[in-house]
Amino acid sequence: METRSIMIVGVGGQGSLLASRLLGNVLLAQGYDVKVSEVHGMSQRGGSVVTYVKYGDEVFSPVIEKGEADVIISFEQLESARWLPYLKKGGKLITSTQKLDPMPVITGNAEYPENIIEKIKAAGIQVTAADALSLAEEAGNSKASNVVLMGVVAASTDFDDKLWQDAIEQCVPPKFLELNKKAFELGRKAAV
Amino acid sequence: MKKLMLGNAAFARGLYEAGVTVVSSYPGTPSTEITEFAAEYDEIYAEWAPNEKVAMEVALGASIAGSRSFCGMKHVGLNVAADPLYTASYTGVNGGMVIAVADDPGMHSSQNEQDSRHHAIASKVLMIEPSDSAECKEFTKTAFELSEKFDTPVIIRMSTRVAHSQSAVELCERAEPVQKEYVKNPQKYVMMPAFARGRHVFVGERTQKLIEYAETSPLNKVIDNGGEIGIITSGVSYQYAREAMGNGASYLKLGVVNPLPVKLIKDFCAKYKKVYVIEELDDIIESHCKKLGLYVVGKELFGYMGEISQAIVAEKLLGKKNDFTAFDGDVPVRPPVMCAGCPHRGLFYCLSKNKIRVSGDIGCYTLGASAPLSAMDTTICMGASISALHGFNKARGEEAEKSTVAVIGDSTFMHSGMTGLVNIAYNATNSTVIILDNSITGMTGHQQNPTTGKNLKGDPAAAVNLEELCKAIGIKRVRVVDPYNLAETEAAIKEELAVSEPSVIISRRPCALLKYVKHKPALKVVTDSCKGCKMCLKLGCPAISVRDGKAVIDHTQCVGCGICSEVCRFGAISE
Repeated sequence: METRSIMIVGVGGQGSLLASRLLGNVLLAQGYDVKVSEVHGMSQRGGSVVTYVKYGDEVFSPVIEKGEADVIISFEQLESARWLPYLKKGGKLITSTQKLDPMPVITGNAEYPENIIEKIKAAGIQVTAADALSLAEEAGNSKASNVVLMGVVAASTDFDDKLWQDAIEQCVPPKFLELNKKAFELGRKAAV
Repeated sequence: MKKLMLGNAAFARGLYEAGVTVVSSYPGTPSTEITEFAAEYDEIYAEWAPNEKVAMEVALGASIAGSRSFCGMKHVGLNVAADPLYTASYTGVNGGMVIAVADDPGMHSSQNEQDSRHHAIASKVLMIEPSDSAECKEFTKTAFELSEKFDTPVIIRMSTRVAHSQSAVELCERAEPVQKEYVKNPQKYVMMPAFARGRHVFVGERTQKLIEYAETSPLNKVIDNGGEIGIITSGVSYQYAREAMGNGASYLKLGVVNPLPVKLIKDFCAKYKKVYVIEELDDIIESHCKKLGLYVVGKELFGYMGEISQAIVAEKLLGKKNDFTAFDGDVPVRPPVMCAGCPHRGLFYCLSKNKIRVSGDIGCYTLGASAPLSAMDTTICMGASISALHGFNKARGEEAEKSTVAVIGDSTFMHSGMTGLVNIAYNATNSTVIILDNSITGMTGHQQNPTTGKNLKGDPAAAVNLEELCKAIGIKRVRVVDPYNLAETEAAIKEELAVSEPSVIISRRPCALLKYVKHKPALKVVTDSCKGCKMCLKLGCPAISVRDGKAVIDHTQCVGCGICSEVCRFGAISE
């Protein structure tokens, strides 16, 4: 199988590391060769962050370049716009509707673009949008919006549910397991 | 069973399987997790040392004592540890000794992008370079065997993409650690001139043996796909090349990057019409080839800066470019920022408000340089804030002393700030140094340090008392402020700048992300009271923005630190 590429983009602190680890574990359990590339350190502090997940028979490069991603999973609208060029022709965007002002917008030096999702759709891109933040709050904690989005992703793949449940159990501390399982379920239902 | 592991986690697993018993490191992105994961194995003693030089000396001591030992650091950390490294090359080892150095091409989290291979060449030690997590583990185990066989420390060169990518790793059992006998041997371990001369001869002979080893090392691999194109590469660059070129090229993947083989490279070059060298940062392999009189193409295509990628290789070698759709409109940048509730914010607000010059340092607080606080004039390297302030003040005199401060975190102060403060006391400038004590090493992801009262394993440990330490150094004026209290903090800064003697202000408040820190409820803007003056935006808090001319606070981010309510002149921000 040719290598497939998934990008997870968002704002530092939104939990993209956990999301990429969930996905990586599910893909490994499916029998694929997998590489997950993360970002640590300074860019994690509220900056734009990206993690790459690649899978196939044999994966070489851990990174994804412009025009290479089959799917982009975005935790924030502006980040969807920022990373859009990384989507392959015919690729798919799964995005949270959450908006977080970056510092240049807060300080009044730039404006947050309007109608981002509509504009991306108008460019002919296939988009699935979900209000992951509200669903996470419904599950009990706004921080679980990463797992809500993974639920949305799960709904669009045909991987066995047990693999997802196992991955959540592997990656999430026991204390937060129930909360995250609920968040995952809400995401999956929202996608249908 | 195969497990998905971070390169750094696989490295740590390699330490475990190799029977390592002593680990000493200083955190630095992207190397930190090697030591954190190593600490999770009960069989390994692991510690955070105050800096990389100390860590390497601890590892060397353990090696001389007969145990397998390790120290890890980022590229700039190896500069700090260069002193012991260059002489450890002479002493060699008893138990195997391995050093991890993690380069950061593209400067994801660093102040420069130096190529650590230069240190291996200059210190004449063996350096090997893995290209994925499975190799991180296997190369680490091999490194200990090579260290003991050739009597040399071995450096394993990591890079951000290898350290921070996860890929599948097959786990093995741990080798039973064997402590070698320690025999007093001054000719080998006492590096005074008479003995060091003898060891320098040994180093020369060892280098010849290492070159012979590199010719046939299983760490170097030839992937012969025939054809006309040959690619010499190493580390993650191999992965980029392989993805871009597939079976359309043949590869010499170098696992041993110092010393480089001669015959192996000559034989490879002879087989292909066109040979490219693909390596990030400097032209080490390319220069080696050119010295051998081989015609290769490298830096003229790939340059000396930043990361390479499969797209760059495809573009340069095949002229291929991917199609993509850009967003229709401007996309504002999103630089990293201090977190909501960050205790550094209050301090930098006071510095910014009073237009004070700031000699900065390395840590989360380097973000104080960004707008809107923009309160930093210099950032050089770990510890430089304090010593550079002294130099600045000596050069410009009283005017500078009254308007310039140094800022440095607790961990950085322990690392290499203390000596600068000794210099200020000893050589007398009326300098004002601010230690930002957030009770943790922040930027690298919350590591304990000698001021926190806990060790790497989280157990209670002796804690340096910063106030007493500064006094013992000879600073008489030492005071502590709470950076959430802006009035107190601002007054302290003004007073200490005004006095004609050196002083230290300790700005003390734990990092808001620490688990034990209790957050207050999110604050709210009383919309009717808000005049839309945007004073609160000057704090650069990511939780505050303006909608329809009025401030709003994002309740998912706000931790109730309250400094925005202190700057609001209309009492519009409340609990």
